[in-house]
Amino acid sequence: MTRVTDIWVYLAEKPLLWLTVTLAAYALADWLSARADRHPLANPVIIAAALVIVALKLSGTDFTSYFEGAQFVHFMLGPATVALAVPLVENLDRVRKAALPILLALFAGSATAIVSAVAVGWALGAPRDLLMSLAPKSVTTPIAMGLAEALGGIPTLTAVLVITTGVFGAMIVTPLMDALQCRDPAARGFAVGLAAHGIGTARAFQVNEVAGAFAGLAMGLNGLATALLMPLLDHLAIW
Amino acid sequence: MIPAISLLLLCQLAGEALVRLLDLPLPGPVAGLVLLALGLVGWRNRPRRAASRQSADGIPKPVHDTAHAILRNLSLLFVPAAVGIVQQADVLVAHGVALVAALVVSTIAAMAVAALTFKLARRLTGSQNDGPQS
Repeated sequence: MTRVTDIWVYLAEKPLLWLTVTLAAYALADWLSARADRHPLANPVIIAAALVIVALKLSGTDFTSYFEGAQFVHFMLGPATVALAVPLVENLDRVRKAALPILLALFAGSATAIVSAVAVGWALGAPRDLLMSLAPKSVTTPIAMGLAEALGGIPTLTAVLVITTGVFGAMIVTPLMDALQCRDPAARGFAVGLAAHGIGTARAFQVNEVAGAFAGLAMGLNGLATALLMPLLDHLAIW
Repeated sequence: MIPAISLLLLCQLAGEALVRLLDLPLPGPVAGLVLLALGLVGWRNRPRRAASRQSADGIPKPVHDTAHAILRNLSLLFVPAAVGIVQQADVLVAHGVALVAALVVSTIAAMAVAALTFKLARRLTGSQNDGPQS
């Protein structure tokens, strides 16, 4: 019995264990998602995170110890963002042809994301710091956290809202676009990348390469647009 | 594969440096994305084009393969951040209704507005969609 405890103590101190758990949970989640025919509700991020959270609870491990292993996976978000340049350049002709729709959809969508989030939160009595944490929720995590901090929000809460938005957006994009009878993969991808950043982009790549390229573009552009619009709206605002 | 990963990291590094140097309101990796895109367009349009080691669209094959291998598993990279939800349980319980309502309404609204604006603008400018239907 002591031997088993010794091994556990050793493993719990090293990044290896939780790195392995993260990859294994994702492998299982991705397999389930594929088995479910990539159904939007079988989102691999949420399934894998749920599996990991159960493992953390059962073993009594806190998030800080978990992140020591998981940071290697988390780190790859940077190079992966850079890698989005490749499908973007591969689809450059399509992007050029759609320059005007891209700009109009960017500003209409970006303003809608910020204003509607703040308006609903305000109507339901959320205090100002929560509203400022909500406003950048459609934008990729590092930009959203920076904006929340600069305008008096709570950056760690923003990170959670950003992830939740991404998962929710990835789940609803297919049924929503079908309901709106929007079949153009460029428009579908652009909408999900704008509203649901990287997790939406991951979903778009699952479905269609062109949709993925437009989603990655929308994610980057909305990061910029929100960084410009949010301080502007803060000046004009009534809250 | 290793040269391609080095290229991605190098672009990210240059992006981080550029953002701090010019005080830009965007994260380093997004600046790195722009740098790599400019680099790839420049490479594709360079005067004397070698036919070998390229994918059909003029992007060096190792870069193409590595980027697509990473992007195929993009969802994996969000798992650690998603597990971080356990840390915010208190705030979520206290203001859950307002936060969830705002998030649901706003995500649907933003997505619908972006898609319909895109579709309408495309119809008005007469540029038709040419991609496969998903």
